[in-house]
Amino acid sequence: MRIGLFATCLGDTLFPEAVKSTAVLLARLGHEVVFPPGQTCCGQMHVNTGYQREPVPLVRNFADQFGDASIDAVVMPSGSCAGSVRHQHELVAERYGDAALRAGVATVRAKTYELSELLVDVLDVTDVGAYFPHRVTYHPTCHSLRMLRVGDKPLRLLRAVDSIDLVELPEADSCCGFGGTFAVKNAETSTAMLQDKMRNVTSTGAAVCTAGDSSCLMHIGGGLSRIKAGARTLHLAQILSSTRTSPYVLTEAAR
Amino acid sequence: MSATFLGMPATPPRSPYGTGNLRGDRKFPAAAHDELRNEQLRSNLGRATHTIRAKRLHVTGELPDWEELRDAGSAIKTDTMNRLPELLEELERNVTARGGTVHWARDGVEANEIVARLVRETGSDEVIKVKSMATQEIGLNEHLESLGITAHETDLAELIVQLAHDKPSHILVPAIHRNRDEIREIFLKEIPGVDPSLDNVPAHLAGAARAYLREKFMTTKVAVSGANFGIAETGTLSVVESEGNGRMCLTLPDTLITVMGIEKVLPRYQDLEVFLQLLPRSSTGERMNPYTSMWTGVTPGDGPQTFHLVLLDNGRTAALADRIGREALNCIRCSACLNVCPVYERAGGHAYGSTYPGPIGAVLTPQLAGMHAAKDDPNSSLPYASSLCGACFDACPVKIDIPSLLVELRHQHTEQSGTTAEKLAMKAAGAVMSRPKVYTAAQKASRLGRALARDGKLPALPPPLNGWSDSRDTPAPPKQSFRAWLASAEGAAAMREASAEHTRDQQQEDGK
Repeated sequence: MRIGLFATCLGDTLFPEAVKSTAVLLARLGHEVVFPPGQTCCGQMHVNTGYQREPVPLVRNFADQFGDASIDAVVMPSGSCAGSVRHQHELVAERYGDAALRAGVATVRAKTYELSELLVDVLDVTDVGAYFPHRVTYHPTCHSLRMLRVGDKPLRLLRAVDSIDLVELPEADSCCGFGGTFAVKNAETSTAMLQDKMRNVTSTGAAVCTAGDSSCLMHIGGGLSRIKAGARTLHLAQILSSTRTSPYVLTEAAR
Repeated sequence: MSATFLGMPATPPRSPYGTGNLRGDRKFPAAAHDELRNEQLRSNLGRATHTIRAKRLHVTGELPDWEELRDAGSAIKTDTMNRLPELLEELERNVTARGGTVHWARDGVEANEIVARLVRETGSDEVIKVKSMATQEIGLNEHLESLGITAHETDLAELIVQLAHDKPSHILVPAIHRNRDEIREIFLKEIPGVDPSLDNVPAHLAGAARAYLREKFMTTKVAVSGANFGIAETGTLSVVESEGNGRMCLTLPDTLITVMGIEKVLPRYQDLEVFLQLLPRSSTGERMNPYTSMWTGVTPGDGPQTFHLVLLDNGRTAALADRIGREALNCIRCSACLNVCPVYERAGGHAYGSTYPGPIGAVLTPQLAGMHAAKDDPNSSLPYASSLCGACFDACPVKIDIPSLLVELRHQHTEQSGTTAEKLAMKAAGAVMSRPKVYTAAQKASRLGRALARDGKLPALPPPLNGWSDSRDTPAPPKQSFRAWLASAEGAAAMREASAEHTRDQQQEDGK
C-alpha cells in the first residue's frame, strides 16, 4: 500500500522520534511510505481556539498535499490531528472555503487514519512483530477515544507485543488535562487534572505511559519529569517499532 | 438588481446585562484559581461525581434500547425547537381552556414583575418554592425579597443554600459543596426554634428541615414552581423530584405560579415516555424518580384553584436564532454532563458564575446572556473552560454535541472580539504554516531554543505560557526535525533497512 505520512507540526518539529517510528514500522510491514514535503499543520489548534478563517490555507494545503489519488491512505501518529481532519476540516471548508476546497477535503477525509486505525482496520494487523520488555500503561487520549472511537485497537496492538508487561491505567478514560490552549488559558485547572492522571500512572508502577498522541504525552511527560516520578512517556509508535534486533533502549532521552 | 431593501430581522434580545444569575463577577480562570484551593469542595466533588457516574452507567447500561432512547429524545427536542412558536401557542390554548392563565415574559425582569404582581394579588407576603432552575436564573427570590415577599425554598439542598445565603453549585445537587458539619451549623444558626442539641447525622438534619418545612407547607397560600415539561397537546405541566416537597407545593396552596423556560415544551403527552426514562437515569442514576407530578390547569375542589403559567424567554429566542447553537436548547437539565466533566470535577459550579454550570452551562450561559466583547465579559471565558475531552457528549441523554458547541462559541467570540494579540499570533502561525519553506525555516530557528536548555529541558516560559511551565517541563527542540532526518543519509538508510527487513521476512515465509 502507498501510505501518505502526515508528521503533524508537533511531531515533525518537537517529537520526531514518534514519526520516525511510524515511518519505519510501516516500511517494515512492507508498505511504501511517502512524505509530501509541502505538508505543515492541520490547523487543529486554530479551530479549537476559536479561529476558523485563519486555518483555511492550512486546510487547503493539507488537501492539496494528500489529495493525490496515488496515495491510498493518509496516516498520522495523532488521534487529535486525525480527528481534526475528519471532523473540523469540513466545518472550515463549509463556512469559509470554496467548492474546490470542500471537494478536496471530502476526498482526503475519507482516507485519513490515526495509526492504530490504519494498522488494525486497513492493514488488518495486530501483531506487528514488536518487542518491548517493560511495564507499560496506556492512556487512551480523549480524541482517539471519543472523537475517532478507536476503541481497544491500540490495546490490541500492545497486547501482541512480545515480552511487554501491559498494566491497566486506573480511570484511563479521564482527560489528562491538556486540551491544547486549555493548558495555557486554564493552566491551574489543567494542572489539577494532570495531577490525578500522574497519580494513576505512578500507581501502576509502569516505567512507560504510552498513548497515540504526542500532545497529550508532552503534557503528561512534562508533569512526570517535573515531579521526577520515575515514569516516562513514549508514543505508541515507538513501542510498536521496537524489535528484538533493534530494541528501544529505555534509558535514552524521551525523544 | 432589485433596489428593494427587505431588511434583516433584528437579533432577538438576550438576557439583559446585570440582571439575574447568568453572569459571574470574574472570569473562569480567576474564579477557578480560588475554588481549586478549596479542599472540602475538591473532596466532595470527587466523591459525589464518581459515585453518580457509576450509578448512571449502571442504570443506562441495563437498558437494551438506551441509544435508541437518546436518539428519540434528541429527535423530539429538535422537532420541538423547529416549531417552537406553534407549540407554545398550542400550550397556551390548552392551559387556558383548562382554567389556567398564561403570561409571556420577554426576559427575567418581566417574569419577576409578573410573579411579584400575582403574589401580591393573593394578599400573601410569602411563597413556598419547588426547586427551579428558571427562577434561579432570573433571581426571583432576590426580587421578591426586595418587595418584602419571603420565598421559602423547600428542596432540602436548596434550603441549605438559601439559609446559608449561598448560591447553588450544581444543577441537581445544589449544596454539593457543603458537608454535614457545615449544614448542622447553618441549621443551628438559621432555623428558628431548632433543637440546639442537633447533631450532624444526616437523618437528624433532614428531620430538622422537615419539621421546619412542614409548617411552611401547611400555612403558605402561594407556591412557585418551575417545570420539567409542558405538554402542548394537553396543557399538562410536570415536575419530577425526589423528596416530595414538590408534591406538597403543587397540591396544598391555593395559588400555584409556574415559571417555565419556553424550550421546556413537548409536543405530545406520549413524549413523556421517552423523557421520564431519560431524565432520572441520567440525573440521579435511578430507574425512576420518587415523585412525578402532573397537573392540567385547575381541577375544581382539588389542589390549587388558581394556576398561572409564566413562559420565560430570557435569551432563548436568541439561542434559537443561532443555527448551530440552538442545539443547546434541547437540554433537559439532568446534569449528567456536570458529573462526568473533569473540569467541573475540579473547579466546581461556582467558578462558572451562572445558574447553569458545567459543560452545558459553559454553552447555555453565553447563549442566553451573551458574551459582550466591549465589557470584558466573564461569560466570554466560559467556552474556553473545557479541554474538549468529549465526556459530556457521551453522557448527554439528548446527544447534545457540547464540544462542537464550545468550539462554535469560541469562534463566535473571536469573530466579535476585533483584533487581539492572540488573533494576530494565530494569523501569523497560519501564514507561516501555509508556506512550507517559511515553515521549515521557522523549524530550524526553533533549534536555537536548544541553547537555552539544561538537561534537555527549557527554562520557565514567559507569559502567556508561564502557566504551562509552572507545572510541566518543556523538552528542548530536538537536533533534527523529522523531515530533516528523512532527507538525511541516516534517514534514507533507516527506511531502506526497514523495507529490506520486510523483504527478508517475506523470503523466510516463502522458504518455509
